[in-house]
Amino acid sequence: MHRVYLDNNATTPVLPQVFEAMRPYFGERFGNASSIHHHGQGTRAAVEDARELVSDLLGCSASEVVFTSGGTESDNLAIAGWVAAGDHVITSSIEHHAVLHACKHLEKIGCDVTVLPVDGRGLFDPDDVRRALRPNTKLISLMMANNETGVLQPLEPVGKIAAEAQILFHTDAVQAAAKVPIDVRRIGCDGLSISGHKIHAAQGVGALYVKKGTRIQPLFHGGRHERSRRAGTENVPGIVGLGRAAQLAKESFERGDDKKMAAMRDRLEQGILAQLGEAGVNGAVATRVPNTTNIHFDHIEGESLVIALDLKGLAVSTGAACSSGAIEPSHVLIAMGLRPEQARASIRFSLGKQTTESDIDFALTLVPETVGRLRELSPKYKSQVNVVR
Amino acid sequence: MSGGVDSSTVAAMLCAEGHNVIGLTMQLWNQRRLAGREGMPEAVHGRCCSLDDVYDARRVAQQIGIPYYVVNHEERFERDVVRPFVEEYLSGRTPIPCSLCNNHLKFDQLLIVAQQIGAERVATGHYARVSYDDVRGRWLLKRPADASKDQTYFLFGLTQEQLSRTLFPLGDMTKPQVRKLAHRHGLAIAEKPDSQEICFVPGGDYKRFIDAYLAEQGGKLPDTSGQLVTTSGEVIGEHTGIHNFTVGQRKGLGIATGSPLYVIQVSGADKQVIVGGDEHLYSCTLRTRRTNLISVDDLHKPARVKVKIRHRHEPAAATIARSGEGEMLVTFDEPQRAITPGQAAVFYDGDVVVGGGWIA
Repeated sequence: MHRVYLDNNATTPVLPQVFEAMRPYFGERFGNASSIHHHGQGTRAAVEDARELVSDLLGCSASEVVFTSGGTESDNLAIAGWVAAGDHVITSSIEHHAVLHACKHLEKIGCDVTVLPVDGRGLFDPDDVRRALRPNTKLISLMMANNETGVLQPLEPVGKIAAEAQILFHTDAVQAAAKVPIDVRRIGCDGLSISGHKIHAAQGVGALYVKKGTRIQPLFHGGRHERSRRAGTENVPGIVGLGRAAQLAKESFERGDDKKMAAMRDRLEQGILAQLGEAGVNGAVATRVPNTTNIHFDHIEGESLVIALDLKGLAVSTGAACSSGAIEPSHVLIAMGLRPEQARASIRFSLGKQTTESDIDFALTLVPETVGRLRELSPKYKSQVNVVR
Repeated sequence: MSGGVDSSTVAAMLCAEGHNVIGLTMQLWNQRRLAGREGMPEAVHGRCCSLDDVYDARRVAQQIGIPYYVVNHEERFERDVVRPFVEEYLSGRTPIPCSLCNNHLKFDQLLIVAQQIGAERVATGHYARVSYDDVRGRWLLKRPADASKDQTYFLFGLTQEQLSRTLFPLGDMTKPQVRKLAHRHGLAIAEKPDSQEICFVPGGDYKRFIDAYLAEQGGKLPDTSGQLVTTSGEVIGEHTGIHNFTVGQRKGLGIATGSPLYVIQVSGADKQVIVGGDEHLYSCTLRTRRTNLISVDDLHKPARVKVKIRHRHEPAAATIARSGEGEMLVTFDEPQRAITPGQAAVFYDGDVVVGGGWIA
C-alpha cells in the first residue's frame, strides 16, 4: 500500500545523513566517553562535537547543553531539578503532559502550581504571568510551540518578566526546535527542552539547555556525567545523531526550507477547507510553526477518521500520540474554547523534512473523500428498530 | 477483540480464510477508576478493558498481521450500561448489563465504527449463529453448536440491520475446539481462563460496586432500606436496602425461621422485600417490555415457544401473545420458579430465537 506519513509531531524518521553519522558509533567507534583510553577519547570527542552543534542551534554555549533521554526527561529535569516543596510554579493549560503531569506531581510534594489559561487563538497572556507571581514563585514553565496546534507563544515578554522578578524560566521547545530558529538569549530563558526524534534524530535522546551559573538538582545519581547534571553513560550514537540533526536543521533555515514547508502546509490546509464545509483550522489566527495544522471536521469522530485514513495509507493523529485511547478530548483544544465534540472531531496533520508535494496531493484527495463518507453516516447511523407496536 | 481466546481465535480464523481483517478493541470502562475506593480492590488484573487485555489483543493482532485499533466508548458505556445497571438495582430489579452492552455498544457503536472505516461486517467471539432465511426474508439468530456456551440469551435485542452485518464464526464450534484452534494458530492466549463475571464489577460484588460508583459521583447510596414483609402482609423485620435482594434469594435475609424463607418480590415503590416459602416463588405468567422480535416482524396471533427467563434456565414451554405497545404476555405451561424483573425473557422456536424482552 502507498503510505504517506503526516504525523511528524509524534515522531520523525531518522534522516539518512543522521543515520550515517550515527552508524560508526554502534560498531567500530565504540567506547565509553568517560574512559581514559583511545576508545573513550574517540567517543568523548564525538559527544562534545555534538554538544557544540546543538548549542549552535539553540544560541547557547556548549557547556550549557545537557544531554538527556528525550523531551520528557528534559522537562522533568528542569521542573524537578529547580523546584522544591513550598515553591510556587507557573505553567499553562496547553503544556504537554510531560510538563503538566510533572507539575501535578509537584503539587503532591507540597508545591503550589498556577495553570494559566489561553485565549481562543491558543495564546497565553504574558500579563497573566506577571499577575500570577508570588513571593515564593520559583519557576515559570511555558511551552514555545504547542504540539497539537503548532501555535507559537509570546516567550520574550515572559523572559523579561522572569528576569525582573529573578525567577527561573523554562520552556518546552520540543515542537519548536528545527521548525523555527531558537535563540535562548533572546527568549531570556534559563532552561529549554528539545527532543531528538522530533527533529529527525533517533528516539531516546534529547537535551536540556541549562543557563550557565544555574544550579540544577539531577534526577539520577550515579556519576559525574554531564557536569553532574545527568548521571549515566552517554547514549553516544543518539547524541551524535542529535548533533547532526541540529546541524542539518540550522542549514535548512539558511536555505529557507521552513518557508517551503509552510507553503506546503498552507496548500494542504486551504485545499482541505476549499473542498469541505463545516471545518476550520484550530489556532489559525496565531503564528504557527510551519509544519503543523490542526483541523476540526464537524459532525465526525476524529478517532474514526484517523483509523479510516490509516487503513487507506495516510498516517495522522487526533492529537498527542501519548493520549491516544484516552477518553478526554484534547486538553489543548478545550483550553482554547472548543466544544468537546469539536475537539473530538479534530485532526492534526504534521509535515516533516521528507514530506513531498505528492504526499500533500494524496492527502488532498483522501481526506475530503473520507470525511464525506463519515459525515454521511452521521449524526448517528440509524439502526432499524423492530419493536412490537 | 477483548484479548480473550474467543475473539482472538475469530480474528485468526478469518485472517487464515483470506478475509481482510481489522482488529478493534472497545475501551469501555477504566478498571482503575474505582480502584482503592472503600470496599474496592486496589488494582484489577485480567479484566476486560484492563491494560493486560488490551496488550493481549494487540499482541494477537501483531502475530496474525492485521491492523489493530482501540476505540474508546467509555462515555457511552457509562451512560447506557453502568448507570442503568445501578438504577435498576436501586429500583428493586436485577439487571443484565451484557444485553445492554450488546444492544448499545457492541452491535451499535461498533457497527458504526465498522461502517465508518469501510468494513462490511463485524465478527465477534459470541457463541451464536446468524443466517439469512430466504423463505421468511429475515435474518435469524440461532443457538450455537456448543449449548453450554450459548450466548443468544444476551443477543435478543439485535435488529435485522444489526444481524445482517454480523458474523459469529464460533457458532458451529465447541469451546474445546476453539482452544485447540487457538493453539494451532500459535496464539499465546489459547489457555487464558474464560471471563465469568460482569466485566466492570471486580470480584462479582455488585453491592460494593454500586456503593463505590455512587460515592465517586458525589452522591451517596439513597436509603432504600425498608421492611421485610411476608406474603400474608406480616412485617417480620427490617432490611438494609432493596438493592441487596433479588427474587429467589435465600441467604442474607437476617431472619431465622423454622422453614426456609425466600425473596418472593422486591417492591421498588414502597421499599418492601416480600418473603415467603418456596411455593410462592412459582408463577405461570410474566410480561415483557421493550420487546424485540427477530424471526418474525410482528406477532398477529399467540405463538407456542420455549422461553428462557435467566441465563442458566432451561427454556420452558409457553404461549406468547401481544399485550400492548412493545409488550408481550408470556404464559407458561408449568409454573416457573423465581421470575425476576429486570432480567430478560427470550423466546425460542427450536434453535431459532423468535425474540425477547425485559421482564417487567
